[in-house]
Amino acid sequence: MSAENEDVVAIDPTSNQGQTLEDVVVRFAGDSGDGMQLTGSNFTDVTALYGNDLATFPDFPAEIRAPAGSTFGVSAYQIYFGSDDITTSGDAVDVLVAMNPAALTTNLETVVPGGLIIADSGAFSEKNLKKANYKTNPLEDGSLDAYRLLSIDIHSQVLSAVEEFDVGHKAALRCKNMWTLGLVLWLFDREKDTTTENLQKKFASKPDIANANVAALNAGHAFGETAELPTGVHVYKVPQAKVAPGNYRNVNGTQALAWGLIAGGQLANIDLLFASYPITPASGLLHALAARKEFEVTTFQAEDEIAAVCAAIGASFAGSLGITSSAGPGIALKKEAISLAVSAELPLVVVNTQRGGPSTGLPTKTEQSDLLQAVYGRHGDTPLPVIASTSPADCFDVAIEAVRLAIQYMTPVILLSDGYISNASEPWLIPDMDDYEAFPVKFRADAEGFNPSLRDPESLARVWAKPGTPGLEHRVGGIEKSYETGNISYDPDNHQLMTDTRKAKIDGISANIPLQEVALGSSSGKLAIVGWGSTFGPIHQAVKRCRQDGLDVSHIHIRYLSPFPSNLQTLLSGYEKVLVPEMNTGQLVKMLRSDFLIDAKGLNKVSGQPFKIREISNAIKAELAD
Amino acid sequence: MNQAVDKLSVADFSSDQEVRWCPGCGDYAILKAIQKLMPELNRPRESQVFISGIGCSSRFPYYMETYGFHTIHGRAPSIATGVKLANPALDVWVITGDGDALSIGGNHTMHALRRNVDLNILLFNNEIYGLTKGQYSPTSKVGTRSPSTPEGSVDRPLSPCAIALGSGAPFVARTIDTEMKHLSAVVKEGHAHQGASFIEILQNCPIYNDGIFEQVKDKKIATDFRLEAEHGQPLVFGKEKDKGIRLNREKLSLEVVAVKDGADLASLLIHDQTNLAQAQLLAAMQGPDFPIAVGILYYKPVSAYVSDLGSQRLELRETRGKGDINVLLQSGHTWEVK
Repeated sequence: MSAENEDVVAIDPTSNQGQTLEDVVVRFAGDSGDGMQLTGSNFTDVTALYGNDLATFPDFPAEIRAPAGSTFGVSAYQIYFGSDDITTSGDAVDVLVAMNPAALTTNLETVVPGGLIIADSGAFSEKNLKKANYKTNPLEDGSLDAYRLLSIDIHSQVLSAVEEFDVGHKAALRCKNMWTLGLVLWLFDREKDTTTENLQKKFASKPDIANANVAALNAGHAFGETAELPTGVHVYKVPQAKVAPGNYRNVNGTQALAWGLIAGGQLANIDLLFASYPITPASGLLHALAARKEFEVTTFQAEDEIAAVCAAIGASFAGSLGITSSAGPGIALKKEAISLAVSAELPLVVVNTQRGGPSTGLPTKTEQSDLLQAVYGRHGDTPLPVIASTSPADCFDVAIEAVRLAIQYMTPVILLSDGYISNASEPWLIPDMDDYEAFPVKFRADAEGFNPSLRDPESLARVWAKPGTPGLEHRVGGIEKSYETGNISYDPDNHQLMTDTRKAKIDGISANIPLQEVALGSSSGKLAIVGWGSTFGPIHQAVKRCRQDGLDVSHIHIRYLSPFPSNLQTLLSGYEKVLVPEMNTGQLVKMLRSDFLIDAKGLNKVSGQPFKIREISNAIKAELAD
Repeated sequence: MNQAVDKLSVADFSSDQEVRWCPGCGDYAILKAIQKLMPELNRPRESQVFISGIGCSSRFPYYMETYGFHTIHGRAPSIATGVKLANPALDVWVITGDGDALSIGGNHTMHALRRNVDLNILLFNNEIYGLTKGQYSPTSKVGTRSPSTPEGSVDRPLSPCAIALGSGAPFVARTIDTEMKHLSAVVKEGHAHQGASFIEILQNCPIYNDGIFEQVKDKKIATDFRLEAEHGQPLVFGKEKDKGIRLNREKLSLEVVAVKDGADLASLLIHDQTNLAQAQLLAAMQGPDFPIAVGILYYKPVSAYVSDLGSQRLELRETRGKGDINVLLQSGHTWEVK
């Protein structure tokens, strides 16, 4: 796809020669049981090793095992890769792999006209067609004439490819995804060794299955090489991207967040207690940390969300750093306890992997609708810092930052991620922990002159005295405390002073965070696109393309959502217009308007799907056309 | 245990805060008993941590010169679990009430017990909500008149000890606020137990539910209404130890029998604190047909949650070694760009 013609197919349908492309979007779609996530992640590994920049978007249903062939059981994995910087998983699909009629009908809309559709005709049975509401077979009735169609009976191809292995009919058919992957690897001139290794590792205990999968992979690849393919289907080359030298890996948001928390704990020299209750799409973080007990992290699966946050607070009281994690509905349950941590001035990290709401909403889809809940949604005056990650890899640094703020300010910190970030992956220049500045925690040891209300004069952080330390026995609690002694106080002036102090402490954080920078563009001008969280990718691409077209537009992306960076107001006042794209009905825009009295406008989308680049660039053009 | 521990006295465990319960509240007696018991436990003062929820009893930590955390309604067991997970060397106490532990916090009480977290849970049961001015609680008897049940409550109460047993608690006991000797002995045993100890303390609220336990507390009549269970001893009660508890094997239920001679005594049930079924029958005994059982109703140690987690970690460390973050970041598929 070229920047100028987003809606026109990049792959030249008339050519039969090898062709070089800047970037391509491939979407694998099939039944939940077809192994599309495995196919996609293997293709991602190979593509990353090849040296493309990339972004992925696993898109799976809420149902664990939906009935085979149903439209609501379709699971998809999208990857956007190219030779330039890639920050989104792509707007429109160039190559769609459809393993059955349901996958075709639910994903066809995303395919560009002239795009390539690879369909398994063996799965287009009468029964499956009916389940997808097709009256006639779209592979045969001419309804796909606007696309290039590669209709292959992958069923029978696979069965003959794995014939020699004694794995049974059912297991043999399960190799369909690897056959298809083999074909797609051929299509983009990719090697098979990485996938072969992955398969042998994955099925190490079942060598027959491993061999059958490898055979299917090879057969799919060979099919591309040898079969007479229709005009316009041939090998495409997507050159390597120019990226900074170093060691890279793919990382998804959940992994990066888990590792960032561990890294933060090490930089602070403190043990972690991660207490959580299963909820989609946040549970992955619990799993990732539960598997890392060789580090100073203990995980606790609590009986409910409230118990999880309370255990984390208890751990912080006892001298560990308590961390809890959930999605919107679970965070709502934790709020009373978070306010206790604000009142008792204990550190706590709260991770919210946002999903579509309200209530159960769209548990597997993404949204940014918990910002106001994070900043304002508690009883009493309970200010606390809120920060957000912008991409899978960014979760690493944001997690470290959450740990730092919690410990240095003795406060709960809310870290906002979302369903898209947690599942999506991108290549990551692996950092060296020796390059990070440590922020070792300081526990009070001296009994002389101690009381639990002592504060650091600069940060206003309350003293941290952990149980087990002789001479520092003290009580804290949720009742208002005397500013002087920490004992219970119902004094009116004292409550005013304590409320003001808690606010001043959090406000003061803005002096200890980086100034707001402009992600792309200039520090003043006609239009600023202001975003936060996972909208970074599409905003960035849209602004880049519009700037290439000569438009005066800049991209500002806010990590620190409360308190805002100290220069944000001045920075925003340098633009004639401010547009705020968000996957909610307008939450950051409300904060900017109320805090800064600026006439910011919202661009809002709540479909459970990330923004498309086009949606934002169209809005930019409309703003600047006025 | 250093020498300094031995020298501590009641005064060392009393904070400088003025105690603010109503005059005559049973909580005073419990506080005094625990403060007196502390030096006897022979543990450093700094290792004692009292966690409470919300309610009259939950003010308790403020009056103890130890570490203390007055938290939110019903959540003390969860906070305490976090404390114990973070530092297993601490002695963690949970101070709670019937509303706190069994109504709003019922879930956490149940799970702390079934996990067997090494906590000493003291449940002050006064069968009423005191701090919110006298509403009936989940342990209030049917017919309790209160501001929220002016015609008397119609929902049936639950038995704290039965709930604890049903949740898998390995140590379940019942005692009485004003019986300092009995209370101290039971709490001391609970503290020594490595695992969850659940102790229900019958506590008088002189303002909103005065005299609710008078039958088991009044020295003149209590012997007829209270049975002190002792491991290995026959279950007898009454001023002259002239009544006992027998198992009716046909009905699989308990019955009260008069004890006139040795033959009667021999037919009585012997208290076996390791017998769960028996403990459940004892916990369920209530007036007017039965005496209330006090003492250690059940005590059968099983391995404790936090130490089991610790062993798992040690085992894993032996094979995996201590984690190195740089190694972790470089693990799996990586590639070099030159």
